[in-house]
Amino acid sequence: MNKKKVISQIVRYSVYGLVALFFFYAISNNYFGYIFSETSTFLLLVKQHMQLVLLSSGLALIVAIPVGILVTRKSFRRAEWIVSNTVNLGQTIPSLAVLALMISILGIGFQTAVFALFVYSLLPMYRNTVAGIDSIDENLIDAARGMGMKPLQILLRIELPNAAYSILAGVRTAIVLNIGTAALAYVVGGGGLGVWIFTGIQLFDNGYLISGAIPVTLLAIFVDYLLRLLERRIVPEGSRPPQEL
Amino acid sequence: MITFDKTTKTYDGGVTAVKGVDFTVEKGEIVVLLGPSGCGKTTLLRMVNRLESISDGKIMIDGEDSMSLDSIELRRKIGYVIQSNGLFPNMTIEENVMIVPDLLGWSKKDKKERFKKLMNMISMDSEKFGKRYPHELSGGQQQRIGVIRALAADPPVMLMDEPFGALDPIIREKIQDEFLQIQKEVKKTILFVSHDIDEAIRMADKIVLLRGGELMQYDTPSEMLVRPKSEFVREFFGKDRAIKSLSLHTIRELQDIIGLAEFDEGITDTITINVNHDLRNTLSMLLNQEADQVIVVDDEGNKLGAITIDIVQKYLHFEIKAKPTLVEKG
Repeated sequence: MNKKKVISQIVRYSVYGLVALFFFYAISNNYFGYIFSETSTFLLLVKQHMQLVLLSSGLALIVAIPVGILVTRKSFRRAEWIVSNTVNLGQTIPSLAVLALMISILGIGFQTAVFALFVYSLLPMYRNTVAGIDSIDENLIDAARGMGMKPLQILLRIELPNAAYSILAGVRTAIVLNIGTAALAYVVGGGGLGVWIFTGIQLFDNGYLISGAIPVTLLAIFVDYLLRLLERRIVPEGSRPPQEL
Repeated sequence: MITFDKTTKTYDGGVTAVKGVDFTVEKGEIVVLLGPSGCGKTTLLRMVNRLESISDGKIMIDGEDSMSLDSIELRRKIGYVIQSNGLFPNMTIEENVMIVPDLLGWSKKDKKERFKKLMNMISMDSEKFGKRYPHELSGGQQQRIGVIRALAADPPVMLMDEPFGALDPIIREKIQDEFLQIQKEVKKTILFVSHDIDEAIRMADKIVLLRGGELMQYDTPSEMLVRPKSEFVREFFGKDRAIKSLSLHTIRELQDIIGLAEFDEGITDTITINVNHDLRNTLSMLLNQEADQVIVVDDEGNKLGAITIDIVQKYLHFEIKAKPTLVEKG
């Protein structure tokens, strides 16, 4: 076993140890108690949280990927910098500020939270779509054209499959970030597990804090895992980066 | 057959890449577009399948004006091979090779059969390689696949843009030979871009030498080497063009015209050489002084005679000075 491997093993087991220690500490203090004593509230919050994430990520997916594909078309290339800068702007504003701004337009509630999260998810998805398609070797497109493929065939059979890894990586990043950021929905009255997290902070009640925060974390890890499985199914074997083969 | 009729390419900025080029690629011939970089050879090639538009003049394919055909249809009827092989990493070897048949809507069975046949041509196992991905193959194998992919739908015309340029010299020569062997069988009309003089001499039935978008000379390799029409052509092929031209001839041709020397049984330090060997390699062998006598043998091993530097020199003299021009130019 080489040095690198030893170090990575040490780091890995230390992290496992810390996580175990944390759970031991939390459980021995009965910090997860609220999940069991207020189960119906907990399930409602989880449901709200998932709705926030699904709706905002879904909308972002529907917008960001087609726009990313569109700006990589030859005739729309010129629009790329405008679109990129607009999307970048959405990301540069701090997430709390996005929420606050949205209140003045959409008022308080679920729809405001969804919109803010949607804006926040656009950039990673859009960026990776453009980068993925741009990274395809120009010669491949040339070969495809030279063999008599139509533009749509080139997009569906060459560009998207070869960019799939990058696009899905963007989707994964956006959704996982989104799950964490959705906790802020509480601030605009959007519900979700943020309700317990903020209650915990305000009441100095670790029980509420942890009963809210840990499910968010687990949800993020679980969704990340699911999306990785999906990635394995969708990305063609030949277009994966070498280390994943 | 591909006919170029005052074909011209002018870019938007006013730069002319190809200037009124006129020549015809006969059916079943390999014509190599040769010239220094920036001479317009790749542009000219890409105008045939309309990856580049034609500014002026015409390109006729089998008598039909290429502009009158649908560009997608046209491209599916023309095989296209590029230097970086252009295999799609997301598709298996079989999917890659069968792209054009697939676009043309061939049946599964036909595609399977065709793939097998094509893989046989390049002596690769269709079972073993069919399900693999391009990155699992060596550079030489990838390029072979690139070539049979262009042959897949059996197009009458093929365009090859420096197809073997990225390969190392040993593999390149092997694949060139293999391709010439395939060409003997399939007899495609081929336009081939190269910047490598040796490759051009080896592969070409005729060479088009271009400079700055203009056609400098259109001739067989031997004519071009022996009777360059201009100072540029002379210089382009270099001072060693006489030696280069020797690679176009075999010992057998020399034997037919000049005859071989008597060999001396008394000399023990001899080596033998096959009568089908080209004269360039033979001359190198003679110059290397590997033995006191070089004896020419036929395929059965019968000794036909001895060869010396003098004889090669005599043959070269005949080729350059004495031989009447065979092809009427004009």
